[in-house]
Amino acid sequence: MRQAIHIFKREFNSYFLSPIAYIVISIFLLVTGWFFFSTFFINNQAGMRNFFNLLPYIFSFVVPAITMRLFSEELNVGTYEILVTMPVTSVDVILGKFMAAVIFIGVMLAPTLAYPAFISMLGDLDWGPVLGGYIGALLLGAAYSAIGVFASSLTRNQIIAFIIGVVLCFGLTLIDQILFFLPSLIVGFFQYISADYHFQNISKGLIDSRDILYFLSVSFAGLYGSDLVMQGKK
Amino acid sequence: MIHAENLTKYYHDLCAVDHINLDIKKGEIVGFLGPNGAGKTTTMRMLTGFFKPTSGSIHVKEYDIEENPLEIKQLLGYLPESAPLYHEMLTYDYLNYVADIRQLDRKKKTARISELADLCGIREVMHKPVGELSKGYKQRVGLAHAMINDPELLVLDEPTSGLDPNQIVEIRDIIKNIGMEKTVLLSTHILSEAEATCDRVIIIDQGKIVADADIDALKQSVGGEYIINITLKNAAIEEVEREFKPVDWITGIKTMDEDKTVLRAKVTCNASRDIREDLYKMIKNRDWILLEFHQEARSLEKIFMELTREN
Repeated sequence: MRQAIHIFKREFNSYFLSPIAYIVISIFLLVTGWFFFSTFFINNQAGMRNFFNLLPYIFSFVVPAITMRLFSEELNVGTYEILVTMPVTSVDVILGKFMAAVIFIGVMLAPTLAYPAFISMLGDLDWGPVLGGYIGALLLGAAYSAIGVFASSLTRNQIIAFIIGVVLCFGLTLIDQILFFLPSLIVGFFQYISADYHFQNISKGLIDSRDILYFLSVSFAGLYGSDLVMQGKK
Repeated sequence: MIHAENLTKYYHDLCAVDHINLDIKKGEIVGFLGPNGAGKTTTMRMLTGFFKPTSGSIHVKEYDIEENPLEIKQLLGYLPESAPLYHEMLTYDYLNYVADIRQLDRKKKTARISELADLCGIREVMHKPVGELSKGYKQRVGLAHAMINDPELLVLDEPTSGLDPNQIVEIRDIIKNIGMEKTVLLSTHILSEAEATCDRVIIIDQGKIVADADIDALKQSVGGEYIINITLKNAAIEEVEREFKPVDWITGIKTMDEDKTVLRAKVTCNASRDIREDLYKMIKNRDWILLEFHQEARSLEKIFMELTREN
């Protein structure tokens, strides 16, 4: 675990050594801010509903952009060889990288805390859903990060890693929108695997263990998949 | 120190390393030679645990690479080919990170990084991003990376590639110094390098070991003859040839008349016995003046070409 923390530190710092962190954070804040506030005064409600509705869609593009370099760059430059011939296990490597991405998402979300602060000045804000929304956002970010890490482990090309990540994350976000077309027998299953469905549950302020379990299992599946892929490269 | 048995690696259908056995003792500097694509890098990657062998076993000290990979990685320092490093990091930060992963404690860490900065000559680039360094400096940073925890076993994949002649000499000296107490395995395709640094060479070709011996033994084992160069004064060509030709242990003589008074000759003879003494006595019996007398070492190049061309 100590090794994972060293790797986490390096990964996290290196986000801020290249312009990628600043670009991703700026784009994220710009897009969420604009979409949210462009309808906020029309709705005339002191709530974060719209912001959290939007988040899974924006995350499916932003999170793969954050995670795309984690393995691809190392495989491409060859530093992966240096990394794994040091006394670390593949679990250390994957956990370190995953934590870096999740904490980065936390940093990216932090400035948006200004929204509820402002809204609470304008009207009577219900803090329950806001709290649930942020917890959900972190869980969603973790699940998507794990998928992104997996996508990144598949290829040494960052752009391909990004595209695979977007396809997987966007798929998980959209899947509950197509329930209408499915036979009722499998609706429940498709609803259950939809990230959006679970996220919306949490962001209503209902913190249910089923939803938490869902995000944790997606994270685990993504990380486990990455481990299998990296073992296969030996 | 390293004991590998029947080490084999296939890339799909391609056999990169074919049932090789390695036995490297503590304190040896072993050179790993071979043409491009012979399997040097693949073998090293298996020894360092980066690749999994298709079959065969590897033991480093008492540890098995399957069961105790972490222990092996802890006692081994590895410089991969072309020293891949994190480009965005500063040299100092990079070494600091490596020291953390190698679990050096805080006090030791600073001292060791400082020591290595001098040893590898990278003090002036400590605060530059690694990506901006020249190839030679990257190579040195890579070497510092490999040595940071003062490992018992150092595996270096082409440590001097891309360096200028002065740097090559420096790196060789560093390797020799380390080799006094540590075990070093280095790969190269520059033969003079192996000759200059290693106690022992292993020549590998198409995934198979074709020679494994001390440098001196290797020179003698291959090819049955060696050459002595002599320079004589006051000797005529015909005279010299008449004298040497009938002798049974001289298999060939080539004379070159440099000017009127000085004669240079290449005497080829059988390697089975040392003829220097006899040759000198023959010269002494005549009234020739001996200006130069030296035995030409069989170059490793020749041996290498002979061994790797056969297959």
